[in-house]
Amino acid sequence: MATDSLSVTLSALADPTRRAILLRLAQGPATVKELSAPFAMSGPAVSKHLRVLERAGLIQQGREAQWRPRTLEAGPIREVAEWASGFKQFWDASYARLDAYLDHLKRQEKPDGHRH
Amino acid sequence: MATATKTGVTSYATPNEREVVVTRVVDAPRRLVFAAWTDPRHIPNWLLGPEGWMMPVCELDLRPGGAWRYVWRKADGSEMTMGGLVREVTPPERLVTTERWGPEWPETINTLTLTESGGRTTITLTITYPSKAARDAALETGMKGGMDESFARLDRLVQSLA
Repeated sequence: MATDSLSVTLSALADPTRRAILLRLAQGPATVKELSAPFAMSGPAVSKHLRVLERAGLIQQGREAQWRPRTLEAGPIREVAEWASGFKQFWDASYARLDAYLDHLKRQEKPDGHRH
Repeated sequence: MATATKTGVTSYATPNEREVVVTRVVDAPRRLVFAAWTDPRHIPNWLLGPEGWMMPVCELDLRPGGAWRYVWRKADGSEMTMGGLVREVTPPERLVTTERWGPEWPETINTLTLTESGGRTTITLTITYPSKAARDAALETGMKGGMDESFARLDRLVQSLA
């Protein structure tokens, strides 16, 4: 089981109920009762999903109010965006670096010379 | 089949339902390109993706059945791990590996071919996904999995936060 932060985030996101909860929280804080309302599932089942999201750092539990609303934590989602939506970005950036690195390797082979 | 002739440009193609073909021409002989791709002393110098990432772990046992594992890390502690096995290796022209992000993600087969002409090398990387859905998800959102409506909306949310 991968335990790096991105894998933990992606595992937490790999469930439609949890994604729906995050989308609801993107509109503002909500209590467990409010979050449970759209789902045909028990309070404990929703709480289990909330614990997965909490462990992944995707939501936080408020402390100031006694009904303890949950709020969205955007940090891990940004990380997913950076890595996961960037297939082209990954290769464009890596290949740009490869061009420079290959020049470096060529110069190492010919320390005193020009290629042309 | 994508063909690229200019250096400095990466081309992306989807020649069939399950593949993505990434092509790039570099101004170097293929034995150097093969070394850059397959030698753990070289790989962390370039295979880094967006700005800010390092590759503190780069292990590659370059023989059929050999394992590879790359770990990327950012200054804030974010980490990303990928790994798989080497299936075929024919220096300096061909490398076939399997790749996955973690046990919950589908495995891809990555085929690298290098062809040299006039001192330049064409790098063709063919990534084969287990299904069209997995391929499209990886290309469009990068998440290897279903693209249901909530995922699509979450993706838009992610774009607005990023």
